[in-house]
Amino acid sequence: MSAIKFKGVDFIEFDSLLTDDERLVRDTTRKFIEDNLVPIIEECNRAGRFPRELVKPMAELGFFGASLKGYGCAGMGNVEYGLMTQELERGDSGVRSFVSVQSSLVMYPIYTFGTEEQKQTWLPAMQQGEKLGCFGLTEPDFGSNPGGMRTRARKSGKEYVLNGEKMWITSGTIADVAVIWAKVEEEDNKVRGFLVETDRPGFKADDVHGKWSLRASVTSGLSMQDVRIPEANLLPGTGGLKSPLMCLNQARFGISWGALGAAMSCYDTALQYSLLRKQFRDQPIASHQLIQEKLVWMISEITKGQLLALQVGRLKDQGKVQHQHISMAKRNNVWMALECARMARDILGGNGIADDYPIMRHMMNLESVKTYEGTHDVHALIIGQSITGIDAF
Amino acid sequence: MKILVCMKQVPQKDAPLKLNESGTWIREDVSYEVNEPDAYALEEALRQKEKHGGEVVVITSGPARAQQVLREALAKGADRAIHLEDDAFVGLDALNTARAFAAAIKDEQFDLIFTGLQSDDYGFAQTGVILAELLGWPHATIIMQIEKNDTGIRVKRELEAGFFQFVNMPLPAVLTIQSGINKLRYATLIGIKQAKNKPMRKVALADVQSALTPNLQKIERLYVPQKTKKTETLDGPPAEIAKKLVDKLRNELRIL
Ligand SMILES: Cc1cc2nc3c(=O)[nH]c(=O)nc-3n(C[C@H](O)[C@H](O)[C@H](O)COP(=O)(O)OP(=O)(O)OC[C@H]3O[C@@H](n4cnc5c(N)ncnc54)[C@H](O)[C@@H]3O)c2cc1C
Ligand SMILES: Cc1cc2nc3c(=O)[nH]c(=O)nc-3n(C[C@H](O)[C@H](O)[C@H](O)COP(=O)(O)OP(=O)(O)OC[C@H]3O[C@@H](n4cnc5c(N)ncnc54)[C@H](O)[C@@H]3O)c2cc1C
Repeated sequence: MSAIKFKGVDFIEFDSLLTDDERLVRDTTRKFIEDNLVPIIEECNRAGRFPRELVKPMAELGFFGASLKGYGCAGMGNVEYGLMTQELERGDSGVRSFVSVQSSLVMYPIYTFGTEEQKQTWLPAMQQGEKLGCFGLTEPDFGSNPGGMRTRARKSGKEYVLNGEKMWITSGTIADVAVIWAKVEEEDNKVRGFLVETDRPGFKADDVHGKWSLRASVTSGLSMQDVRIPEANLLPGTGGLKSPLMCLNQARFGISWGALGAAMSCYDTALQYSLLRKQFRDQPIASHQLIQEKLVWMISEITKGQLLALQVGRLKDQGKVQHQHISMAKRNNVWMALECARMARDILGGNGIADDYPIMRHMMNLESVKTYEGTHDVHALIIGQSITGIDAF
Repeated sequence: MKILVCMKQVPQKDAPLKLNESGTWIREDVSYEVNEPDAYALEEALRQKEKHGGEVVVITSGPARAQQVLREALAKGADRAIHLEDDAFVGLDALNTARAFAAAIKDEQFDLIFTGLQSDDYGFAQTGVILAELLGWPHATIIMQIEKNDTGIRVKRELEAGFFQFVNMPLPAVLTIQSGINKLRYATLIGIKQAKNKPMRKVALADVQSALTPNLQKIERLYVPQKTKKTETLDGPPAEIAKKLVDKLRNELRIL
């Protein structure tokens, strides 16, 4: 159990920009995480264990598919959804990743591209946490450039036959269903999405071992050898690479808020620690200019990041958001959160490297968050493309 | 059973507090939360309703911000809410708060009214008891357990030093609930959405003004405990120092 209790971070009355409901969603999630995840997360992280026991309680609160409407989902607004992911990630990026994948990368594409029958089959069960999902886009040789993917789907009578490898797939070995992106041979190699039940013959998932990041979340490699699925498992609304990118936009938006949570955890820990820790003339280290400068940097960047995420969320609610807006929020907030983690680590001195405090865990987690869902640099290229009109990939 | 739960919004437990300009209360710019025993009172009401059916109504008095408490209660499962909304409600003493509540619910018929044992800010522990008196109902305090029976209810009260007392009471009655009586539930995200459509009745200060009288209890000054430390050195031969010391202890500090 962490030695320091989170006190909340709000420098410029940010809360006054939120509705009652938005604050209530945030506070409810915060309380749930404080009661249920914070006490066990360091143990999970040490053991490399996903806290599966929290799936059901999280489902009961409505965390899965929270921004979808119907099928038992809560139909929350984007800022509410963002504040929820903020609190999840203040607990742990791995647990937030699990929720993001379940919601934005599996339920969202079924909701957006699926048939009514597919929705009825999967969405209520996934909302309840009875069925878990994973999202297979990345391959061993194609990460930032998914368009090069080698996974193929071939039509054979009333079935599709899938072959290929997917890599770095969150929740791969615990999923009941995988959303697999593959090129369809009969359709000029157009990328389309398929629902693949993970117990089908020829489907194999193995965990990635030796991870130093997101240790409380499952990461897997998938292999498909002549996996036959009924043609009804094609997500009919998908067509081209823009379909998976639409899913990633949902998840990236959540990440831009999630990173704020990790940053808040690091900042608040460092602030409280610096007020208690005394060095030189029996003075708290918070009385030193060098420490104050670090704390000030952190609270300034967190505050700016909150406003950025909020504006992107409001645009999203109005249907006006552009993908480059989401890229900026994801890129900026994950970067600043990682910087906050490093500064906070510094302020805690030797204690900063131990898991009595959450900082080193957040720092290691954020290294993944910086890379997945479009790397920091790839988002620079997306924003760069939008302001110059020139493609620099 | 139809149960009314009185809920108060109080400053968050570990929020840093600043005094207001007149030094009579704290500044408004702090974070607020539900008074802890009130949260348990709500939970108990919801559990009683789940067992015996009926309705759970929540009531609060306070400025617009206090509505958050009611929204949270509705999200957790309360059926409707009553908000006595005015900045002036913050400064009422327990007698006037109870009078305002009694006036606001005069047309309602409740079987039970729950309040928290006391509030985390003023700590009066009086509102529930006075409300019972105003209504002419029996009351019991520091309740740890409630069971419905043929004649009314049987409740368990917490006494000092680990003792408990069981009391049979008729209905209607007022109970003040102790923290820890049950395990609190979380509001669900769906519950938060559904709360929007539940009725919330607003009561203005003017609607209950005729029931109120000037406060009998008033905070004159609120202050942060002052740290005072003074060091004085006594010089001279030991016998003289001893004499001076005794004199100081007896006449200045008055501790001998
Ligand atoms: C813990 C974890 C969980 C993940 N979960 C999932 C999941 O559930 N589903 C899924 O499909 N994927 C998942 N991923 C994969 C993730 O999306 C990829 O790792 C990411 O897209 C980067 O791909 P890559 O690792 O192949 O790196 P590469 O694409 O090889 O990139 C390596 C470096 O090259 C840079 N780079 C690449 N192209 C350019 C360019 N044109 N110009 C300049 N720099 C460039 C990148 O910015 C990066 O710094 C996960 C990854 C991790 C670490
Ligand atoms: C893995 C590991 C192995 C170690 N091995 C040894 C060992 O073998 N033997 C040994 O004796 N020690 C060892 N140490 C201890 C190490 O030397 C101390 O951690 C280091 O001196 C910092 O002290 P601290 O952790 O108490 O941090 P603190 O001194 O509390 O410092 C905390 C923060 O306050 C800042 N700070 C402190 N004073 C000021 C000031 N006046 N102005 C501005 N900023 C200030 C620091 O820069 C830091 O950011 C080890 C530490 C680690 C992590």
